Amino acid sequence: MTDASVNVAAGETLLAVDGISLRFGGVTALNDVSFDIKRGEIRAIIGPNGAGKTSMLNVINGFYHPQRGAIRFRGQNLTRMNPGFAARNGIARTFQNVALFRGMTTLDNLMTGRALKMNRGLFWQLLRHGPAMDEEIEHRRVVEDIIDFLEIEAIRRVPVGRLPYGLQKRVELGRALAMEPELLLLDEPMTGMNLEEKEDMCRFILEVNGQFGTTIALIEHDMGVVMDLSNRVVVLDYGRKIADDVPAAVKQDAAVIAAYLGVAG
Amino acid sequence: MLYREVGQYHTNYRADMRIFPILQDRIGILVILAIAFLGVPLIGGSFFLDVVATPFLIYALAAIGLNLLTGYTGLLSLGTGGFMGIGAYTCYKLTTWFPGVDIVVWILAGGLAAAAVGALFGLPSLRIKGFYLLVATLAAQFFLQWAFERIPWLYNNNISGTIEVPTRTLFGLPITGATATPVTRYEVALCIVVALTWLASNLVHGRIGRSWMAVRDMDIAAELIGIKLLPTKLLSFAISSYLCGVAGAMLVFLWYGSAEPTVFSIDLSFTILFMVIIGGLGSLLGAFLGAALIHVLPIVLRGVPPALGLNIASSTVEHLNLMIVGALIILFLVAEPFGLARLWQTGKQKLRVWPFPY
Repeated sequence: MTDASVNVAAGETLLAVDGISLRFGGVTALNDVSFDIKRGEIRAIIGPNGAGKTSMLNVINGFYHPQRGAIRFRGQNLTRMNPGFAARNGIARTFQNVALFRGMTTLDNLMTGRALKMNRGLFWQLLRHGPAMDEEIEHRRVVEDIIDFLEIEAIRRVPVGRLPYGLQKRVELGRALAMEPELLLLDEPMTGMNLEEKEDMCRFILEVNGQFGTTIALIEHDMGVVMDLSNRVVVLDYGRKIADDVPAAVKQDAAVIAAYLGVAG
Repeated sequence: MLYREVGQYHTNYRADMRIFPILQDRIGILVILAIAFLGVPLIGGSFFLDVVATPFLIYALAAIGLNLLTGYTGLLSLGTGGFMGIGAYTCYKLTTWFPGVDIVVWILAGGLAAAAVGALFGLPSLRIKGFYLLVATLAAQFFLQWAFERIPWLYNNNISGTIEVPTRTLFGLPITGATATPVTRYEVALCIVVALTWLASNLVHGRIGRSWMAVRDMDIAAELIGIKLLPTKLLSFAISSYLCGVAGAMLVFLWYGSAEPTVFSIDLSFTILFMVIIGGLGSLLGAFLGAALIHVLPIVLRGVPPALGLNIASSTVEHLNLMIVGALIILFLVAEPFGLARLWQTGKQKLRVWPFPY
């Protein structure tokens, strides 16, 4: 693990945020935050509640537009990202409170994840034959592979609104994977899960990273998970970056300990 | 017992992705089509065709149109009556200008104008949702009805202010106007409705249908996946209005024979909306069931007292009718808030495992 993290840290930068400041009226959510995500690493963003972690992800995929700062993605400088651009350029995302299409089946949710890669127009869609059907089948194959990978074959036809929370989280990961992302943003993928579900989720995250080489940025409160999974950790507190290092170093960092536990005296 | 899918395995995705993957369903739909095309015209008299069957088809088509918008894309609209009017008036103008062209072509073309107007009035949907969008589409409804009344050009400067359907033939057979038989008009309506339902069903099962439902269920996540909200919503408005427009043209040309602007009032919008809600949001079958409940059931009930030999004044029958239909609507919605289509699904599920509970 140590070797891998050293290699990754030396690697090419996939995405870098530079001096990001985000305010909502008088509230400063992010204050001059800079860090980078290397290609192929698992990057954790941690911090106490309200530290600005989710805001950071929202800035990265373009939901929020920061007042100051820039984002550099695959060498392109962007003052602001927008969700459509992010999606087209291979940034996928899961949400803290599952944001699935509740009325649709698992299969349809994952197929929707392929929306950008499907391009047969209205005419063929109306007929649902020929090229439209071929395209549908081609993407169904990819989606079935993901269903196999995540071991959710049994719930293929179930509307996701009826699924238990842990499975919904898994389907949401599946939908993000269906986009074949280069950068996967996971917002608390393990909240509300029992130990077994957490272990499954960790396994999926590691396999996605290991097999497909997907770069992952994740927010998580379970420190055990964070320290085990991630190559590097960035720590936010009250919208500021207070630490940015490999897990072992972050664990010992005085500022981090103070942020989580408070300062004595 | 008969409704079992045991032993029906799909070994490729094409078979698995059929709209009716179960054999019994495919047989069922063929039987229904055979009855609709052959049985109904042979058995039903001209009263039945003109009062029950043809209007049922037309309402069902309009309900499918609104269902694509409200049930699939999650956008509320009360402009249905107006959009149906656009279809009717466009068809009327076109057939006045080009009387030689087949009327079916103009009925289908009438929908195109409705689609354009629908997309235009759909523009606010990017910013507003729910009840607020409902109010915005209400503006469309009132504006369009005003236009139908106040712009004489639309009804060819007719003194009466109504559109009168001229006689038009297809292969020498009159299909609109006074000389067209109920059977011909029914068959033409049936062909159009079956064809458009088939296309709509294809659409909702593919990429476009999924993107509509994604926008309905969670628009933020849909945007994140790369679905562009505005084009998706406008396409939904356009296609929904297209179907409503065609239904409106059929309403005048294949059923009423002539129409005043008040035909396309807010009442019509509400009628279609109720059909969609009671039939089942997000279900094409629901559009048919809703149209049946709201249009056909009152007619059936009206015939019950005479059939039983009861001598009740017709106004009393009418009042009883309203009460019974109203009570039934409440009953159905209490039993299944997601509409008749869901009730049907639940029933089918029960049938599959019968006689066991699960």
